[in-house]
Amino acid sequence: MSSELQVSVWRGAGEGRFVAYRVPRAVNQTVLDVVTYIQRKLDPSLAYRYACRVGMCGTCAMTVNGVARWTCRTHVSKVVRDDALEIAPLSNLPVIRDLATDMRGFFDKWAKAHGQFRGTKSRDDFAKIRPDDRQRTEIDAGIECIGCAVCYASCDVVTWRPDFLGPAALNRAWTLVNDARDVEQRERLRAVAGDAGCHACHTQASCTERCPKHLEPTRAIAGLKLMTAREAVRGRL
Amino acid sequence: MSAATQARLWYAQRVSAMVLALCVLVHLATLIYATRHGLTAAAILGRTRGSGLAALFYAIFVIACAVHVPIGLAKVFEEWLRWRGRIMAAVSLAIGAVILFLGMRAVYAVVIG
Repeated sequence: MSSELQVSVWRGAGEGRFVAYRVPRAVNQTVLDVVTYIQRKLDPSLAYRYACRVGMCGTCAMTVNGVARWTCRTHVSKVVRDDALEIAPLSNLPVIRDLATDMRGFFDKWAKAHGQFRGTKSRDDFAKIRPDDRQRTEIDAGIECIGCAVCYASCDVVTWRPDFLGPAALNRAWTLVNDARDVEQRERLRAVAGDAGCHACHTQASCTERCPKHLEPTRAIAGLKLMTAREAVRGRL
Repeated sequence: MSAATQARLWYAQRVSAMVLALCVLVHLATLIYATRHGLTAAAILGRTRGSGLAALFYAIFVIACAVHVPIGLAKVFEEWLRWRGRIMAAVSLAIGAVILFLGMRAVYAVVIG
């Protein structure tokens, strides 16, 4: 391990350029440590975003050597090439400045996909669902999304069709269409069907490949495709 | 195009893909059989002429193509050429119609003509 890293960091918004920094190497150093070092020691004007530093909040995702990653849990040793790192903002999202992207479009699509639970039961009359219930198992497989947008930034379909809801919103919708307590199923299926929804997915599985939580949005989208198509054929969509 | 129509189109493409997968396998097996046994064009036509089975099989093959291709092409037009709405639908449907016409003409020629 050399004593220094050559780090290129994107500076600016739409118009910008990569700026080179030299950062000392450290044991168990993460990419977020590198960015924080630059901001605290070399250039305080660097804009980036993070909160928890332990892989829970989903705010620190960036493009590291061309691949979208959660930077707080990405060790430099895992991604460094020839002692060099290139750090850029996430793709498919407007850049506010430097490494900070505007996430509104990403989260607005969760709302468009009816990503909110709508129930009718009260605490006194709650639904009893077995832990090994098939739908419950589907929900468990997709529920741990932290909203980091790594999947969204890695999705070519989002690049080609900016109106595509994207893997995270569709994964969220899949967890809800499997929720027996939810009462907004038809509206949700209608919202996620079609060319801006699940049927635009080409099943390239970049989202599944890159999800830092090892979720499988591709599987969720495949489930939605089949469910919405069956409902449409039966005239219930 | 409504979400329900898009969902139905997706289903139609999936089902036609399954039919095509089967048809391509049968067609390839037929091709290999014909070449391995040195069948001439006249010998092949001798077997297909008047065959209801050949007519049914290749008619299904052609229909599956005519369903599958335009739906896929519409996606390509939309994502690569940025075509939307009527022009995308019109060109895709026209190509589907051409495939159906040429395919059925070939089936007629092989089975009846």
